[in-house]
Amino acid sequence: MTKEIDKHHVHITSESKWFELNLKEAWKYKDLIVLFTKRNFTLTYKQTILGPLWIFINPFITSIMYTLVFGNIANIGTDGIPHLLFYLTGNAIWTFFAGCVNRNSHTFTANANVFGKVYFPRLTVPVSNVLYGAIQFFVQMIMICVFLVYYVLKGVVSPNWMEWLFIPIILIHLGILGMGVGIVVSSLTTKYRDLGFLVSFGVQLWMYGTPIVYPLSQIGDGLLKQAIMINPVTMPIELFRKAVLGQGIIIPQYLMLSWVITIMLAVFGIMLFNRIEKTFMDTV
Amino acid sequence: MSGKRDIAIQLSGVKKMYKLGQIGGGTLRGDLESWWARKRGKEDPNTKIGQKERLKGQTFMALNGIDLTVYQGEALGIIGANGAGKSTMLKLLSRVTAPTEGTIDIYGRIASMLEVGTGFNREMTGRENIYMNGAILGMTKAEIDAKMEDIIDFSEVREFIDTPVKRYSSGMYVKLAFSVAAHLDNEIMIMDEVLAVGDMAFQKKCLTKMREAANKEGRTVLYVSHNMNTIRQLCDRCIVLDQGKIIFDGNVEEAIEMYLGISNTSDTTVLLEYLPREKWVKNDSAIMKRLKIDSDNSYFSFGKSIKAEMIIHGYKYNTDVILKVFLLYNGVAVTTMETSPSIKLEKDQDTEIHFELQLGRLAPAKYTMKLVLCRRNGMGGIEYLDVLMDSYMFEILEPENFHQNQKWSMNNNGFVVGEDIKIFS
Repeated sequence: MTKEIDKHHVHITSESKWFELNLKEAWKYKDLIVLFTKRNFTLTYKQTILGPLWIFINPFITSIMYTLVFGNIANIGTDGIPHLLFYLTGNAIWTFFAGCVNRNSHTFTANANVFGKVYFPRLTVPVSNVLYGAIQFFVQMIMICVFLVYYVLKGVVSPNWMEWLFIPIILIHLGILGMGVGIVVSSLTTKYRDLGFLVSFGVQLWMYGTPIVYPLSQIGDGLLKQAIMINPVTMPIELFRKAVLGQGIIIPQYLMLSWVITIMLAVFGIMLFNRIEKTFMDTV
Repeated sequence: MSGKRDIAIQLSGVKKMYKLGQIGGGTLRGDLESWWARKRGKEDPNTKIGQKERLKGQTFMALNGIDLTVYQGEALGIIGANGAGKSTMLKLLSRVTAPTEGTIDIYGRIASMLEVGTGFNREMTGRENIYMNGAILGMTKAEIDAKMEDIIDFSEVREFIDTPVKRYSSGMYVKLAFSVAAHLDNEIMIMDEVLAVGDMAFQKKCLTKMREAANKEGRTVLYVSHNMNTIRQLCDRCIVLDQGKIIFDGNVEEAIEMYLGISNTSDTTVLLEYLPREKWVKNDSAIMKRLKIDSDNSYFSFGKSIKAEMIIHGYKYNTDVILKVFLLYNGVAVTTMETSPSIKLEKDQDTEIHFELQLGRLAPAKYTMKLVLCRRNGMGGIEYLDVLMDSYMFEILEPENFHQNQKWSMNNNGFVVGEDIKIFS
């Protein structure tokens, strides 16, 4: 029995380590991650008649609106891709990223009640948020595939099927980036609630700075293009579009830059998160 | 078990400091302004006039140097007045927040129940919540599956297990929540007054379950409560906290006496205003401030009376109030006395009353005093203004040659000593 217990020895001091990614501990709580992910679904679709069908309806309506506003009224080109398909793919991948940022930015404040009463690895919450987004994304991909098959048969689009293998990597990339941004914001909102208001607005703005409702090819060379290229979300999204729709501009340097920013943000986020999680109950 | 007892929890020199007043600026702008002003050596624009620097130096030591060793299989009670640091200590042990100074070593997995039903979600069914709650408390899905039937049986809510918990009564909710926690395999259980809710029968069931966990399964239990009776039933060791320090560690009965004694400035003055209050009482119209017992000690002769003075403060309005004094033995009320005529309270004034409690033929034993201040409301009902559970403890001494010098048993002989039976022929 003693040996069994020694395994669970915990030493608590006042010092907090700057970087401590306790993946082993988080792995022990993998069932909790699964449950949190499931809970997100249960709670999102509670007392709705259509239930999970909303995963399809939501992006579908949004894409139709984009088609009307950006495609038909503003007349923004889509590199010859059918409007609806173009906006559906853009919307699916952006929703995944924005969801990671939005949901994680409320990690501490939304769970203050639970965090204040019991210890479990806090990182399980952001991880389950990303998983939840990923599952939604894959469900949306089913709908996209239906449209895609139709347009491929019509000969309008020619996807790079081999590049579909990159999609998981793209998701991991955007997932880490979104989680990084989200947990930085959530760590700061424990002290400054202002950021909570800023974030949903900021994410909206960010979308317009990312080639979602327009293709990158539509932007003329200049400062604006430079800014859009530096945006770390741009390259993964172009990569995704190139795989699914066969159209996209990939510049390896900027893809590398995006990864560098992603990793830096993630490291910074986890550092901040570790720092905050120990004492945030005293400030929240 | 080996001869040397194994340590479950060790705290050494643990301190926890809280900043008083507003924490952080609250807004980013405010903090940036202050920071910028300090950088330039200017006056902080957010400082209130007359204040040197914003709340600097105004800190509060919730725990002020705690050294404690708890061994495996012990059931440790933690008592102390409100603000003594009990909850802070449990929070540190449950790793919800970190200490400011000192180290804590924990040998074993901790199940902390600082609240019943942590992570319960109203929209999810009982069964889903069992999984959720269990996982938050550190169980894997396989472990929960294995215990599912036991948990449902213990909770007594089998019929409703697949109904969202928002449809549950509060009693059912608590029963389910406690059942999950009680079935954890964790070596250490930390509880903060979770038993305060739920019906008596269920409370008893829980206490028995906890006792078993400590005695038979060798688990360690840390229990905080204001209910001295549950502490007595559950714990085999007890510490008393006062102003962030441990002032007593040892026997449960002595600890309780000590605790009921700390609130006294001298032996016989009880500062009632600092004692813990029942949560359901609003305490906005009147408060019992001080009780002075007219005696050097807390021992009274059989059949005599207790003379006392009390200061009551009225807040809202001039009103007539009634003071009820309950005498409790082991948590059970033995008798209740009330003032007659009623006491006149004046708005924002202290009122001093002198009274005498006739002990009559109450059996010799240790009693605790529960004090209730109430008034009649317009509808003919009673409105409770202030309630104090354990406010004072005293003992009635046996007279000479009492009960043929046999031990008087409260269980067998009763609470009241009957008059001698007269024989006429």
